[in-house]
Amino acid sequence: MSEIKKIATRDAYGDTLKELGAKHDNLIVLDADLAEATKTIKFKKEFPERFIDCGIAEGNMIGVAAGLASTGKVVFASSFAMFAAGRTFEQIRNSVGYTKLNVKIAATHGGISVGEDGASHQCNEDFALMRSIPGMVVLSPSDAVEARAAVIAAYNYNGPCYLRFGRLAVPVINDNPDYKFEIGKGITLKEGNDVTLIATGLMVGEAIEAAKELEAEGISARVINIHTLKPIDRDIIIKAAKETKLIVTCEEHNIIGGLGEAVSSVVCEECPTKVLRVGVNDVFGKSGPALELLKEFGLTKDAIIEKVKKGL
Amino acid sequence: MDLTLLKKRANEVRKGIIESTFNAKCGHPGGSLSCADILTYLYFEKMNIKVDEPKWDKRDRFVMSKGHCAPALYAVLAEKGFIPKEDLKTLRKTNSYLQGHPDMNKVPGVDMSTGSLGQGVSAATGMALSAKLSGESYNVYTILGDGEISEGQVWEALLFANAKKLDNLCVIVDNNDLQIDGRLCEVNSPYPIKEKFEAFGFNTVEINGHDFYEIEYALNKFTQCEGKPTAIIAKTIKGKDVSFMEDKCEWHGKAPNEEEYKIAMADLEGVEF
Repeated sequence: MSEIKKIATRDAYGDTLKELGAKHDNLIVLDADLAEATKTIKFKKEFPERFIDCGIAEGNMIGVAAGLASTGKVVFASSFAMFAAGRTFEQIRNSVGYTKLNVKIAATHGGISVGEDGASHQCNEDFALMRSIPGMVVLSPSDAVEARAAVIAAYNYNGPCYLRFGRLAVPVINDNPDYKFEIGKGITLKEGNDVTLIATGLMVGEAIEAAKELEAEGISARVINIHTLKPIDRDIIIKAAKETKLIVTCEEHNIIGGLGEAVSSVVCEECPTKVLRVGVNDVFGKSGPALELLKEFGLTKDAIIEKVKKGL
Repeated sequence: MDLTLLKKRANEVRKGIIESTFNAKCGHPGGSLSCADILTYLYFEKMNIKVDEPKWDKRDRFVMSKGHCAPALYAVLAEKGFIPKEDLKTLRKTNSYLQGHPDMNKVPGVDMSTGSLGQGVSAATGMALSAKLSGESYNVYTILGDGEISEGQVWEALLFANAKKLDNLCVIVDNNDLQIDGRLCEVNSPYPIKEKFEAFGFNTVEINGHDFYEIEYALNKFTQCEGKPTAIIAKTIKGKDVSFMEDKCEWHGKAPNEEEYKIAMADLEGVEF
């Protein structure tokens, strides 16, 4: 069996910025002294005159992004999710969200898979924060292919957008000719009749693996990739709620405020069906290798399978 | 500069501030009155703007970083012709486009939505940077409250503006020495202000913010300065030209009642040019 290719979504982010930069002179990239880590350095090397390092001052970075956008630039502003979404929530809310300016908050190092840096840097709250801002588009790509598509879509979308990328190299799962990315449209990766696994980010890959194992045990699992947490694809969720007995949401985020609650809201309003949530169970993370942490915090295919069996 | 005409215009702006806050029964007249002369000079003598084309891409920009002084901004926009003067009476009312704090998507002539202190100056800095990146020659002006400069983000923005050599950015501090909880020194003293801006690499000028010759002098210093941003520390009087509001902390965020409104308007009618 050939080795599955693994690429971090942050790498795809940097590559795509470079790609877009060659086509669009109005693209400006901001960073807060983390260009090596966020991979905006790839853009910086090609277009140093359009790369602005704001230093370790994220609040100002967001304001500068707003000012640039008000003059017609398309701005990607990057830092770790903890600081890009957490520290600057109110700047994003007032200077970007309320103004409806064309700023893309591109956050890397989302979730617990940040690994060794530990809890202070593991942002499991960004979806909750960003979803709560009126009009904010929230994207969470599952692999490098989807990350590239998301960055291009965000560039072409005129308005505030939050993108979450990961530090960890994750399997490439969307590398097929039929793959199509559309903001707000979930993707059914596998059909199934017993349970629906609705996943986002690196948990999509885990959900696919879980579905395979469940299938072998006679449980038919549908897999849906929700790359857009907001606006969420209500139709694909309602359909799943009608056609399967159980929905299990899978996200590398606190079970509060993220995908699980977004899906639950739709299901509660439209077609009450049991929803169980796989995610970070309202706790802080800790230091350790990413894969070990994902296992310890219950963010693996095994945790998904266990949840499905509990729910059925 | 036609001094008499400018004084008349500033007086009209002040009347607009009183008219709007009186009708709103709330709002921030004190700090609006203190920056009225600076705003008047900017909009009538300095800024390269087109009333019939508020979004003209080569225009000079203005950001009211102390967004609660929206009444002053609206009044000067009305005086300039961006919005009808009559609309000032709708300030803060349901369905009015004149929100309590400026909304760039609703008011012609407003270049940035502000209200959350410390954020406007960052946006102004971004606009100035954009001009540099595009090789445009427009300038960006922003007015900060002296209480507002307690916000850490202000100093992030100042550091950035200096590092990027944004000599097209003019930061004006409306130093009326009063904030909501009292005198600056009683709350969280930012003094000495001028020295702090100098330490941040700014071309810094301290003036009487009610003297049009000094305002002109300071803004000329800005225009002439190359390679670094400019800060104008404008010494002002909160509530300027309204007898019972002058230098009174309580008029930071309170509207005049009917009786006070009449006195205020009489005070403003009595100003000599």
